[in-house]
Amino acid sequence: MTKTYILEDLDCAHCAGKIEAEVAKLEGVSRSVVTLLTQKLVVDIEDGKAGTLTKAVKKIVKKYEPDVTVIEK
Amino acid sequence: MTKKLKKRLYRILGGLALFVAALILEGVVGEQYPNMVLLAFLAAFFVSGGDVLKKAAMNITKGQVFDENFLMMIATVGAFLVGEYPEGAAVMLFYQVGEWFQAYAVNQSRKSIRELMDIRPDSARVLRGGEAVEVAPEEVRPGELIVVKPGERIPLDGVLEKGETALDTMALTGESLPREAGTGDEVISGSVNISGVIEIRVTKEFGESTVSRILELVENAGSRKSESENFISRFARIYTPAVVILAVLLALLPPLFLGGNWNTWIYRALSFLVVSCPCALVISIPLSFFGGLGGASKSGILIKGSNYLEALSRAEVVVMDKTGTLTKGNFAVSRIVAVSSDERLLELAAYAESGSNHPISLSLQLAYEQRSGKKIDTARITQMEDTAGFGVSAMIDGQRVIAGNLRHMEQNGISCKAAEEIGTVVYVACDGDYLGYLVIADEIKADAAAAVRKLFATGVRDVVMLTGDREETAQAVAREVGISHVYAQLLPGDKVDRMEALMQTRNGDGKLVFVGDGMNDAPVLARSDIGIAMGGLGSDAAIEAADVVIMTDEPSKIAKAIEISRRTLRIVKQNIVFAIGVKILILILAACGMASMWAAVFGDVGVAMIAILNAMRVLKVRGQDG
Repeated sequence: MTKTYILEDLDCAHCAGKIEAEVAKLEGVSRSVVTLLTQKLVVDIEDGKAGTLTKAVKKIVKKYEPDVTVIEK
Repeated sequence: MTKKLKKRLYRILGGLALFVAALILEGVVGEQYPNMVLLAFLAAFFVSGGDVLKKAAMNITKGQVFDENFLMMIATVGAFLVGEYPEGAAVMLFYQVGEWFQAYAVNQSRKSIRELMDIRPDSARVLRGGEAVEVAPEEVRPGELIVVKPGERIPLDGVLEKGETALDTMALTGESLPREAGTGDEVISGSVNISGVIEIRVTKEFGESTVSRILELVENAGSRKSESENFISRFARIYTPAVVILAVLLALLPPLFLGGNWNTWIYRALSFLVVSCPCALVISIPLSFFGGLGGASKSGILIKGSNYLEALSRAEVVVMDKTGTLTKGNFAVSRIVAVSSDERLLELAAYAESGSNHPISLSLQLAYEQRSGKKIDTARITQMEDTAGFGVSAMIDGQRVIAGNLRHMEQNGISCKAAEEIGTVVYVACDGDYLGYLVIADEIKADAAAAVRKLFATGVRDVVMLTGDREETAQAVAREVGISHVYAQLLPGDKVDRMEALMQTRNGDGKLVFVGDGMNDAPVLARSDIGIAMGGLGSDAAIEAADVVIMTDEPSKIAKAIEISRRTLRIVKQNIVFAIGVKILILILAACGMASMWAAVFGDVGVAMIAILNAMRVLKVRGQDG
């Protein structure tokens, strides 16, 4: 399944790259794309494993960009 | 400006003020009170770089040595340790200026693209129980009636039920001429109602309507990344560690083995760290692509991803379908050749054919109604007989009229010469006298010839036409629009085979572009390198099947799309070469001791700024037809 998050106030390109790379390493994730200009994170994840995704994403984002708010879409 | 940006700006300004004060202090009392000067620079350093130091401290506990906050901390603290106070403070200050500017640029371009695509309606006025209620567009169901006043944006797709107006579709198609719309016409969400109050019967939910589809498409386009973007991500991953390792070697090896001065070589190594961030590239390349996608949608060209935008710049062969792409796909009377009167010939032909729904018959009736301003009066027709495949005979005003092909004339004993024409010829006779003939042909689009000319001008090697139509018709259209490479009488399956053969003719990484109307050519659209669908406005099938959707039905937009793509890629390449070039140059100069830390700051912040400004040029799309 595909999940989309809005990363509000994301404005740093290398942080976007790091968030993308680290989300891609989460279990069950087959694709992770952060688009800086639309402030979106799109994640393809195995159906059964999506339950803890939001929490994991929030943790990763907080690590690199503490000022960014993650909104589930 | 967002709150976050403002806060950071104040911090930078504070740091800058302290830095200037420290410089003055150094100039005036530097020799008597060196410690005071150090304190002043440290104050400037901590005010401007406090958050960087905090992040660096946090990240280092997680073992991220290649984190740019950490590297910046090492570079600046190192500068202080080797006694270069002004550099230490300045590097931090300018690093912050650069970061701020990047964030500002990203926000600005995000805003300008949002304005560009400002087609999202805020509300819909729906008629419920005889009263107009204002609701969110998402709450309106198909079948409901909405009211749109002049100056308002149409929130949902539907059919105009009451009223007449002109619609501005500029934001959707880039077309500046308003469209007329009357009762029964389909209207499309996102267009602006100009003149009258109208009522619309909604046909699609908001999520399915044109405006949502377009917005979704544009928003998601950025996530299909181009090869250039992927290259930069890979490069960035190698670049920073490589520079850091070089810096370490530079700091250690010469003093250890060549008897160099520790301070000199550490200073050079610190300069390395300052240019270790690939920021200029990481930010400017996606920005350029996003700008290109935005600029294209402003011209009514929707590109579904940066990868397609990039591929378009390498367009080598353009294969075009004839019907619906180069021609309008509707039949019209193109020529009337009468023995005596054109009007009478058209009138009798239209009357004789008025019983049929065949496209040819309909085009005759339409031409008659348009030219004479009169409707067909069925009372004048007393008898009608249709001979399938040949033509019709009818009694009109008591006279026997025959209309049809040449064999139909021969069978009715009428002698006439075969006309050498492109299209379908209808011969007409009345009471045994031959009156002349009419030619019915698909109309070539007004800009079709210009479109082909522009394609060749952009450097496309070959333009090919494919069609299921007859050889003669195909050749005639091709001649008219300037295409010499034609394949006619193809069945739908043949088109795929033909295109695959054409794909073999590509050189190197040249791309094959297929342009169709998106109706029956989904397999060909899918098989090509880049599938372009024409006339996407209101056609879900086309938007679904293609990689690029041209909202209007103008084929000249194909060349425009290629131009936008080339321009974007030119700027992308400039930035890659410029940024990598300057950084490498500074690395070499710094290693030889010819570039100071100041030059390194330029290599980091200055290069990023120039690259961003260059990328933002993409957003400026030249005139509509440029």
